[in-house]
Amino acid sequence: MTATVIHIPGHGPAPVLGPSPDRVESLAAYLARGGYRSELRPEELLARIEAADLRGHGGAGFPTAVKLRAVRDGEGAPVVVANGEEGEPGSVKDRWLLRARPHLVLDGLVRAARITGADRAFVYLSDEGAERRVRQALAERDPGLPVEVVRTEPAYVAGEESAVVRRIDGGPALPTAKPPRVFEHGVGGAPTLVANVETLARLALLTGGSDGADTALLTLSGGRSAPVLTEQRYGVTLRQLAVLQGTAEPSAVLMGGLFGGLLPPSALDLPLDRARLAQAGTGLGCGAIRFLAPDECPVSVAADAVDHLTAESSRQCGVCVSGTRALRDTLVALAEGRCDADGQANLARWAQGLPGRGACGLLDAAARLAGSLVAGFADLVEAHRRTPCPACAATPPDAGRRLRVPVPLPMTTATVLRAAVPPPPCTAARVG
Amino acid sequence: MKLRIDSTRCQGYGECLPPAPGVIDLDEWGYARLLVVDLTDDQEAAARAAVDACPNNALRLER
Ligand code: SF4
Ligand code: SF4
Repeated sequence: MTATVIHIPGHGPAPVLGPSPDRVESLAAYLARGGYRSELRPEELLARIEAADLRGHGGAGFPTAVKLRAVRDGEGAPVVVANGEEGEPGSVKDRWLLRARPHLVLDGLVRAARITGADRAFVYLSDEGAERRVRQALAERDPGLPVEVVRTEPAYVAGEESAVVRRIDGGPALPTAKPPRVFEHGVGGAPTLVANVETLARLALLTGGSDGADTALLTLSGGRSAPVLTEQRYGVTLRQLAVLQGTAEPSAVLMGGLFGGLLPPSALDLPLDRARLAQAGTGLGCGAIRFLAPDECPVSVAADAVDHLTAESSRQCGVCVSGTRALRDTLVALAEGRCDADGQANLARWAQGLPGRGACGLLDAAARLAGSLVAGFADLVEAHRRTPCPACAATPPDAGRRLRVPVPLPMTTATVLRAAVPPPPCTAARVG
Repeated sequence: MKLRIDSTRCQGYGECLPPAPGVIDLDEWGYARLLVVDLTDDQEAAARAAVDACPNNALRLER
């Protein structure tokens, strides 16, 4: 697969990518950029996080200030965790961030510890390159509290907050039923902040300036062009992002990793805006967006994505084992032109009834993929029931292999394009 | 009172259905599906009976 390109927007801020995302940022470079330095009191920083409406960048988009307060006010000595386990096959930003800017993440982690009053911290990850950088960074500078690096095996659910806690506590990286939530009962029973590494990076940036929460790291992929890691301001439209990635006329958009379902081309004018995306029944999730090539069939992608989720189910919940399998089999039947009216009705029914029934969100993701396909591509689904689709036949489900995006390696293979992907003239001013 | 289910524990025995038909339903694979989470006073006894009936401690009442 083609290497991922890092794109620095020509206009507008990219505080998390920073000026040289193709290189590993040393301690000296981070200090020179004002890192680790602010005298801001924890209370002031918390107020700033709230004012900026910083949200989690791992998937759920929960307000960070609310989480910080809940952990701070819980019973017992809090624990903070930087979560860098990126289970979404279409996302690379967390692994890039840990490899390229470990100090920015650690800065945020230590500040989160101060806000919550935690005296113990963890960095949780599965990527070997990321682990090396984080250990190096910890050796370069004493973080001022014990920080333990915990490496897990990569898996779709390994980064889910209860799986993170279970693994740190010495168990398998598998989700547990909620409640309790980890902010009340986490590592060793203590109130625990499990925060995505990008969220922590933004928390650190908010100490210095105000634009830490105005942008999002995005992994854009699809079509025949190279995947792109970029940072964009909220408000940019999906169409602009499609052009930037090089798939100007996608047949569909796979949103939020595998979490936001599929959107039809008519949704391309949606802006990157949490409220607007939620209204449209989708979400930014971890910031991974895949634009399907014009000749790629949304049915085959839905079948493939659900096939991946079925394979990644941790098989702890009966309803998830049966539910993902039923969704997958029905979508495959649809792709092969042998789905009847009952199967089609089942897809819509499961899309309604299955979300919320598993111990984690994997089943919800599978249900949303099916539901968004049936609702947003009704004619296409009808057509698939009558005649087998040649595009689907050419791309049978392969456990989501085509959805995987390679991580750009700072300092070695990444190609930095300084706004060198030219958008069409009419949108040029607005991209970035 | 709230009724909670731990989906990782539900084995689909269906023992919970007879004592609490209006509170719990079984899906097409036999797993318990909660019809209500926030229980009314009238539903509490049935829910408690379902909790007791589950051989795998998958159901739980919570304040
Ligand atoms: S919902 Fe699925 S993936 Fe999540 S814990 Fe249950 S079995 Fe595992
Ligand atoms: S009795 Fe328990 S295990 Fe059986 S279906 Fe009901 S909740 Fe599930």
